[in-house]
Amino acid sequence: MAKREYSYYPGCSSQKGASSSNLMKSVDTMCEELDIQLNEIPDWNCCSASIGYASGSELPRLTLSARNIALSEEHNKNQEIVATCAACWLATKEAAERLKEDESMFAEANQALAEAGLKLQNTTPIKHMAEVIVEDIGIDSIKEGVKKPLEGIKIAGYVGCQTNRPFGIAGESFENPMYLDNLIEAVGADAIPTYEKKVQCCGGALAFSEPEKSQEMIKGIIEAAYDNEADMIATPCPLCQANVEIYQDQINEKYNTKFNIPVVYYSQLIAVAYGRSASDAALDGQLIAAKQLEDVAKK
Amino acid sequence: MSEQAEKKYAAYICTGCGIGDRLDAGELEQTASRDGRMNVVKQHEMLCSQDGVQMIRNDIDKEGVNHAVIVGCSRRAKVEAFAFNDIAMTRCNIREGVIWARPDTEEAKETTQEMANDYIRMSCAEIKQMNKPSPSGQQGRNPNVLVVGGGITGMTAAIEAAEAGYSVHLVEKSSALGGHVARLHKRVPFKAAPVGTPNSPDANLPMPEDTGIGDIIAAVEGNDNIKVYLNSTVTKTSGAPGRFSVDISTESGDTITENIGSIVQATGFKLYDPENLPEFNYAGSPDIITNLELEELANAAGDGPIKRPSDGKEVTSVLFVQDVGQNSSDEGRLPYDSGIGDLVSIKQALYFKHHNGDGCDATICYDNLRTPGAPGEDFYRSGQRNGVIFTKSEVKEVVPGDSITVKMHDKILDEDAEVKVDLVVLDLGMVPNSGPDPYAANEALEGMSDEDRAEELEAQEAHAADETSVKVESILNLDYRQGTDLPHLKHGFTDSHFICFPYETRRTGIYAAGPVRRPMDMKQAMDDATGAAMKAIQEIENAAQGRAAHPRVGDLSYPTFRKEGCTQCKRCTVECPFGAIDEDEERYPQYNEARCRRCGTCMGACPVRVISFENYSVNTVGAQIKECDIPEEWDEKPRILVLACENDAYPALDQAAISGEEISPWARVIPVRCLGSTSLSWVTDALNNGFDGIIMMGCKRGDDYQCHFVRGSTMAAERMAKVGDTLETLNLEPERVVVHEVAITDIERAPALIKEMEETIEKVGLSPFKF
Amino acid sequence: MSELNKAMIEQYRNSFLSEVEANVEEGEWVKMCMQCGVCSGSCPLGKHWAHPPQEIFMMIRAGKREEVLTSDSMWMCTSCYNCIVRCPRQLPITHIMHGLATYAKKLGLTPKNQPTAKFAEIFWNNMMKKGRVNELKLGLSLYFKDGFGPGIKEALRNKDLGMKMMKAKRMAAGEFFGGHGVKDVSGLQKMIKKAQELEDARMKKFDEPEASQDG
Repeated sequence: MAKREYSYYPGCSSQKGASSSNLMKSVDTMCEELDIQLNEIPDWNCCSASIGYASGSELPRLTLSARNIALSEEHNKNQEIVATCAACWLATKEAAERLKEDESMFAEANQALAEAGLKLQNTTPIKHMAEVIVEDIGIDSIKEGVKKPLEGIKIAGYVGCQTNRPFGIAGESFENPMYLDNLIEAVGADAIPTYEKKVQCCGGALAFSEPEKSQEMIKGIIEAAYDNEADMIATPCPLCQANVEIYQDQINEKYNTKFNIPVVYYSQLIAVAYGRSASDAALDGQLIAAKQLEDVAKK
Repeated sequence: MSEQAEKKYAAYICTGCGIGDRLDAGELEQTASRDGRMNVVKQHEMLCSQDGVQMIRNDIDKEGVNHAVIVGCSRRAKVEAFAFNDIAMTRCNIREGVIWARPDTEEAKETTQEMANDYIRMSCAEIKQMNKPSPSGQQGRNPNVLVVGGGITGMTAAIEAAEAGYSVHLVEKSSALGGHVARLHKRVPFKAAPVGTPNSPDANLPMPEDTGIGDIIAAVEGNDNIKVYLNSTVTKTSGAPGRFSVDISTESGDTITENIGSIVQATGFKLYDPENLPEFNYAGSPDIITNLELEELANAAGDGPIKRPSDGKEVTSVLFVQDVGQNSSDEGRLPYDSGIGDLVSIKQALYFKHHNGDGCDATICYDNLRTPGAPGEDFYRSGQRNGVIFTKSEVKEVVPGDSITVKMHDKILDEDAEVKVDLVVLDLGMVPNSGPDPYAANEALEGMSDEDRAEELEAQEAHAADETSVKVESILNLDYRQGTDLPHLKHGFTDSHFICFPYETRRTGIYAAGPVRRPMDMKQAMDDATGAAMKAIQEIENAAQGRAAHPRVGDLSYPTFRKEGCTQCKRCTVECPFGAIDEDEERYPQYNEARCRRCGTCMGACPVRVISFENYSVNTVGAQIKECDIPEEWDEKPRILVLACENDAYPALDQAAISGEEISPWARVIPVRCLGSTSLSWVTDALNNGFDGIIMMGCKRGDDYQCHFVRGSTMAAERMAKVGDTLETLNLEPERVVVHEVAITDIERAPALIKEMEETIEKVGLSPFKF
Repeated sequence: MSELNKAMIEQYRNSFLSEVEANVEEGEWVKMCMQCGVCSGSCPLGKHWAHPPQEIFMMIRAGKREEVLTSDSMWMCTSCYNCIVRCPRQLPITHIMHGLATYAKKLGLTPKNQPTAKFAEIFWNNMMKKGRVNELKLGLSLYFKDGFGPGIKEALRNKDLGMKMMKAKRMAAGEFFGGHGVKDVSGLQKMIKKAQELEDARMKKFDEPEASQDG
């Protein structure tokens, strides 16, 4: 297989010591296995996610993402940009689209970029890592490389919001996207087609500012997984992963529940199924240990 | 007919489609020749093939066969193959009616064969009572179309008919052609935005268009096939399709009599009177206007801004109140919605954006916004994109003043608001310009005894003569036994059979088009006019050949009566749903077969059974009932007579068999033209013959009728309400005779109703009248 | 014309709508809403909105400037984009809500102590310091957003979580001193400043109506 090369935008939460460093680690492992080379965009900046809007208005926010695209176009020529974080991908892709549609905005963004000595062409496709897996590589190819199928593990595929809306994966529905379930099946685990909270919002950034409202939604996401007898939840989104995993104690306290369900990344599933160690799969990054994955990794 | 002298009967039995495998064809042949006493009986393995058809054709041409029974598939199948119009013919349905309706099992074999034998006996009995129908020769071809109404609908109908080569007489009451459309500033656009138009706030969306009425008027005036009568009315219409005689009273005071083939009534609508709505204060300010008055303001504005009527001030804000006096259950208001008022108001709001600039605020207060038609949604978006404010709200009161105050309740924000504007436009409903409804008082008749009914009818007749002319002016002045104008259905709109057969009214050869039959806009009215013109042409050609209009298209039979037996009871003349029967000077019924739809409702109405068709009569069905073999009581094989409407119930049963639904082996189904043709004697005969139960299947009746003959099903239900007396005299249980409404889609239900009767019989026991 | 009359005239007029169109992100879409309410029914936090999106759009058309801009509602948006993908008219509802929030903040009309408004501000400031978000400092400043006392309490409430995160190497104490950032901080800051200036220049001036009696 020819090596695939992408211009990589990891995002703030995927840095060392940040909340989804386990995503970063497992993605690295996954890409090794899939012969993907990720070339980090030099000096990339925060996209301001979908919460920067209080102080950062439209053009400043678009310009933040424009800077990343411009840097990629300058340093990683002719490489598609790949993001692993839903918010990073969405903000970058949205900026690219907006600046394509609106010429005056594009001109102004370039005026601002000039202050940092940069210039935006805006011709680079922006992809989510899930698109690389589903479209560039293909679920069937993923299946072929499985060395240790995750047999007997029931996994609720939790796609969440921003990986799915408003862009999503081509050909998938917004209400019931299937690619994560297909991926779960491809690595030998059991998907749960009846998992009804697949695209439910976890509260996103409001988990910080409106914890009670968000945790009520997170409770529903976890409850549905239990109702469907899931062993664990898998997601492509770092904020989904964090929100659903780390507040389980607080939810238990408030609602008198006994939640303790692991929440992992699709990249961790692939890493383990491809025979890599628990540490390569960043399973040590779980707050709630994914025991069954650890067991497979140990085999 | 004189050629009845030598009758030669033949039965042709098809053994294809599995008939030969499932049934003993030899026995069928024997039944036809021995019981049915047919002169010729032949089998063919595929009767509908060229070879099979040729076999029959040869017998007709060379052997003198003139009465034939085709034994095989349903009369609804292979219609073209078995179109032997030069003989009397009937179809005996042993495919859908027998083998497909019964399971292919050993134990069912006997009853299945009995069923088939019975149907053959019945059809052979029927054919003996039939004669070949032939046209009466009463009329010739008359290629003149009368169009009443010179608005957009009437003019379009006139142009369409004229361009197809027919002569048109166009009668318009006012002094000019064009109707309402001629008063409009612009029209609602006819077309949606092109495919691929983006859904964005700056998309290029359809805008109000020129009405184009001038071109249409010019096309009418310039067409040699169209004769226009302005300031004219129709003062008398007599005759029937193909031979109408119409008196046109013209401008000069003369009356011209024209011979007319068929008629299109396109008399349009008027706006509901806003004076009936005190809360909107129409009379209180010249700045509270109707939607039609706004058109005139816009026309008067020329290229400049629209000015308000009171002081000529440029309008800077306008508010449209939607559905004024519509959708209301209050007395005197319209219970329906015109459906097009929202499109009209969007169009008018855009006038202000165009004439008075973007700074002029235009607000539309709606409850349910409806934008029907191809461009509807795009036009709504066009209004939004151009800054028209839409607010879901209820306007409670409009208060006159220097600025008009509109008091409303915003239904989205759930709060009251008051808005001051320069001009208020009321979206008024459309009221049809129908003539007086001939049946307006008929509701009083429901459930009356025969004597009371006759009395009431006499009284109404006397009353109507002096009252209708005062209330609503007649439009057609029909010289018909049943009144001067087209019957209404709901809310004063002319009944137009609008789902299945639009334009078709209850008076054959007279077609309603445009807003007189339901509220509609200009585009719909033009489409409507085209359709009605086509129907008018079709009827001219049908009438010329003595053929029936739908649903028995092409039927040449027509009703006749035996004068000696007639008691002049008037039931036929009163109950005919199409007003086809007048009374002659001696008060005998006078049939106008070109008006007749061949439903047989008159036949069912006649208490002395003197009315019949060549190919359908009390005897054609009665003979079938009599020839059906009734097993002895100890055989424990009940018999259920099913009289099924040929338009809906019969095809539903066919379809049931096709879909693999089982039909009771005890059922014997006889198709009838309409349940309205059902004679009470059939019920009596059947009970006397030993039938254990009778089911009558007709169409849905009432305001939302599905009866192809409008009133047939209703009449049957009324008549059969009296069947209880008959049962009582025979000392039989009332549940043995039932009437059901069956739709063509009742594929599972129709057989289930028969099953139900089977259970009833099990409960009450077999009929004691088995001999 | 009296002040009262003027206030009344503002209702069901295009004045506030024009302001939104000119100054709010994607504001030109507001007029295209057809009031079906699918957005309101699709919002995961729908029950917490005093005025769901459908209503906000109607309020804009009804000229309720102050009520809209001082509302808590648009701060309830979690950016889940459910409304966007379901809107039959394809309005970018999420962006309009963000845009309204931004505009309200700019005009100083945001309700006091609106937690998301505060968090969003903290987030932006945190990010602007070094060009990347410092999650540790973000978390801490969030706890202390309401002052020192409640901050300690909030921090203590979340200390177990913090410890666990550190153990899983998903939070690093070292971030407190320095931490991640872009190299060209000054270039980035200049760029954002410029973008802000360009945008501000595009803003139209709209006087607030003197009388705010818009019941």
